[in-house]
Amino acid sequence: MSQHYPVLLVTVPLLSAFIISGLSWVKKSLCFPVALLALGTSVFCAISLLFRVLDLGIVEYHMGGWMPPWGIAYRVDLLNALVLVVVSSVAFLNLFATHKSVQRDFPEKMGIFYVLYVLFVTGLMGITVTGDVFNLYVLLEIASLTAYALIALGQPDSAPLASLNYVFIGTIGACFYLLGIGYLYIMTGSLNMADIASLLPPIYHSKAVLVAFIFCMVGVCIKMAFFPLHVWLPNAYTFAPNPASSVIAPLMTKVMVYVMIRLVFSVFLPDFSFHVLHIDHAIVWLSCLAIVMGSLLALNQKNIKRMLTYIIVSEIGYMVGGFWLGNRLGMSGAILHILNDAIMTLCLFLAVGNIAYKIRGLDFVHLKGLFRKMPITMAAFVAAGLSVIGVPPTCGFFSKWYLISGAIQAGQYGFMVALLFSSLVNVVLFFRIIEIAYFEPMETHHRVVAMRDVMEEAPLTMLVPLLIVAVSLVAVGIYSGNIVTHIILPVLPKGIG
Amino acid sequence: MEALIHHIVGKYNYWLYIILMMIGLYAMIAKNNLIKKLVGMNIFQTAIILFYVSIGCKKGATIPILEEHGAHMGAHTIKVADYINPLPHVLMLTAIVVSVSTFGVALALAVKIYQKYKTLEEDEILMRLREK
Amino acid sequence: MKKIGFIIVCLSGALLLYATQDFPRWGDPNSPASTHVSPRYIQKTLEETDVPNAVTSILADYRGYDTMFETTVIFAAGMSCLILLRVFKRKDEDRYYRHISTGITLHVKGEKTIPDRSKEFERIDTMWTPYDLIIKTVSRFLVPFIQIFALYVLAHGHESPGGGFQGGVIFGASLIIMAIAFDLRTAMRRFKEKIDGLFSALGVFIYAGLGALCLLLGGNFLDYKELATIFPFDPIEARAYGILGVEIGVFIAVMAVMVCIYVNIASEGRLDEGL
Repeated sequence: MSQHYPVLLVTVPLLSAFIISGLSWVKKSLCFPVALLALGTSVFCAISLLFRVLDLGIVEYHMGGWMPPWGIAYRVDLLNALVLVVVSSVAFLNLFATHKSVQRDFPEKMGIFYVLYVLFVTGLMGITVTGDVFNLYVLLEIASLTAYALIALGQPDSAPLASLNYVFIGTIGACFYLLGIGYLYIMTGSLNMADIASLLPPIYHSKAVLVAFIFCMVGVCIKMAFFPLHVWLPNAYTFAPNPASSVIAPLMTKVMVYVMIRLVFSVFLPDFSFHVLHIDHAIVWLSCLAIVMGSLLALNQKNIKRMLTYIIVSEIGYMVGGFWLGNRLGMSGAILHILNDAIMTLCLFLAVGNIAYKIRGLDFVHLKGLFRKMPITMAAFVAAGLSVIGVPPTCGFFSKWYLISGAIQAGQYGFMVALLFSSLVNVVLFFRIIEIAYFEPMETHHRVVAMRDVMEEAPLTMLVPLLIVAVSLVAVGIYSGNIVTHIILPVLPKGIG
Repeated sequence: MEALIHHIVGKYNYWLYIILMMIGLYAMIAKNNLIKKLVGMNIFQTAIILFYVSIGCKKGATIPILEEHGAHMGAHTIKVADYINPLPHVLMLTAIVVSVSTFGVALALAVKIYQKYKTLEEDEILMRLREK
Repeated sequence: MKKIGFIIVCLSGALLLYATQDFPRWGDPNSPASTHVSPRYIQKTLEETDVPNAVTSILADYRGYDTMFETTVIFAAGMSCLILLRVFKRKDEDRYYRHISTGITLHVKGEKTIPDRSKEFERIDTMWTPYDLIIKTVSRFLVPFIQIFALYVLAHGHESPGGGFQGGVIFGASLIIMAIAFDLRTAMRRFKEKIDGLFSALGVFIYAGLGALCLLLGGNFLDYKELATIFPFDPIEARAYGILGVEIGVFIAVMAVMVCIYVNIASEGRLDEGL
């Protein structure tokens, strides 16, 4: 059975989604346990797969028994396995933490909500583990479609419009990616990643391959909200309901960064992307712009959730810029930052979800004096904020360290300045919130009318996962050295300096 | 000039479908009414589907359903150039289904927006949002 | 916005057209797309899968994994329409009833209603159009033939163009014709919402379940030749029957989801009147 792990971690949630759908018409209370069991199995399979890949090297799985390129093949190396562990654990923790919130907000549609949730996670895991470019497109569409529906479930006056805008822009992105792989198919005749990589070198200098690269990259950049293509992200993530936004925000954009890395490593080999095309300097400057604009726009916001979405935009700038620096330090920083940013964003959004469960609004005026009311939640929020700023020993410090070292080694001092600038702006952002929550007197028009200094914390099922995530921020930080040496450095191809 | 004519005449299908794609893309970006944007999305995706299907065409070939004379007689009686390439058709079956699904979900969202705002023009909706 | 759109469109169009210089000529049988992967599909489809239609054998066997996710996409779309639009609690609504013998229209407000099965009153839609006898009779005659044609398209996917998706859409269309020619409540009486939801999940569950069965029997996921161990076929025929099994799953799922999407959008989630 252990050789079937790559396919089990995608098909067990898939089958359970249909079981949950059937149960939602018959017996609603069983939907949540089935979803929890399915995602738990995925976490187990992902962790076992990581250990298997650490032992065996690359693990391949052929669907239907057909050899690639005639059949679809899964190809799991250390990069895949790491991102799979991240995706499945974030989704599992979030499912557990937001159950009470879902029960309160969507009482009669709870079953279908869990169906869409499990299908979203299936789509993301399928994107990560596949080795076939067209299979990636189909799974991208599953993840996107369920995300559109989950986002539209928020407030009826703003969420459907934000989701419809996301539909239009996301469809343009996915169709650009489809056009790119269509051009690759015309030039090579194959849809398997490794096969295309072996057929491309003779035709590196043809115009069609260049245009295929441009369209694939622009499509992926639209989906990962790289500035200036980020316009869908703030509205969509702010107006989404809290149980949905805390799974979509940490995962969707990071998996798209993984797709960009996978396209450069395994389809258009680094030889083509860095040495035939000379765009890496331009992309690093664009990501400096993304980081600076994301931070500046975040300063301008009065709603805590909207501020966090702009922080996501600048974090994407870190990852894209770090990757296109072109040296081992920069790429390690970018890949480590995928892991770290997923954990940090999950912690921030879970904390915001806890706050929204107890307090009516999420503007800064509603957060006054919140420390006395919800000390544990605010402590976790502060820990995640310190990680975003980059304070040791939290994980954010280590990935920033690798990125800055990579920038110095590549001579891209503009990128280093942008990173330091954004750290300073993050200090301002988070200390502003800490000041409002800790030092201002408490608001009297909170939803739950309580006495002045009584602690009214979120329920235990929402607190325990938040604490687990906050502790893992520090744990991953301490083990960063091990993670980089054993998992990330072996993934980087030989030709990178 | 000679080479340009040769390029257009030899590949006019690609040119046509790319122009159609651009019409759809323009409608998606520039139109104000939400339903017109949806129609543009449909045109864009349909043009991509046509583009892919035209990749598989071969001059003088027929549809890829093999005639059954002596089914197990072996591959030497089947000439590949007689049948068009079936792979783009398979890929586009998937793309058609994805396009229909996205269209269905987008229509459901448009119905929800209409229920709330009683209009489908984007500038009016944004004006009402700003007034709040 | 129009100027930005025009610039983006011109730029993308110019890039795409610029790249067509390197393409092979249209219809060239020696292009990479026609000579690299596809020849094996065309040459080996009969001897490896016993299915003459190369498109069906690629769709359901060689690249069957993609098709499973495609069916999941359409299932997700059905569920999305359901969760977005469906309202389960009825608020105060206006209902219109027509007294059959005299033709008088009643407008009943608030919570009080006349039962649907009453012999003297029939419920009519808020935007009422007169019922046309020709349309009602013709569609009542046609629906069984459409359904048989849909089942024919499904079963003949092996030998002629067709398959699960095409047949499922035709079958769903036959149920939608009932909703348009009569009214939504008549169609929903014949195809209840709970059955619809269960069918849409059942269809994709058959597909994924067949793949999991192959996994449990010892092969890789969706490797149909493992089915020969429990059914009395030889391994090549087992592939043809596996393809038929997954096409049936796709048929059921697509039929149910088409009806679900139509019903939810046309009635704005209330499932009582619309189009």
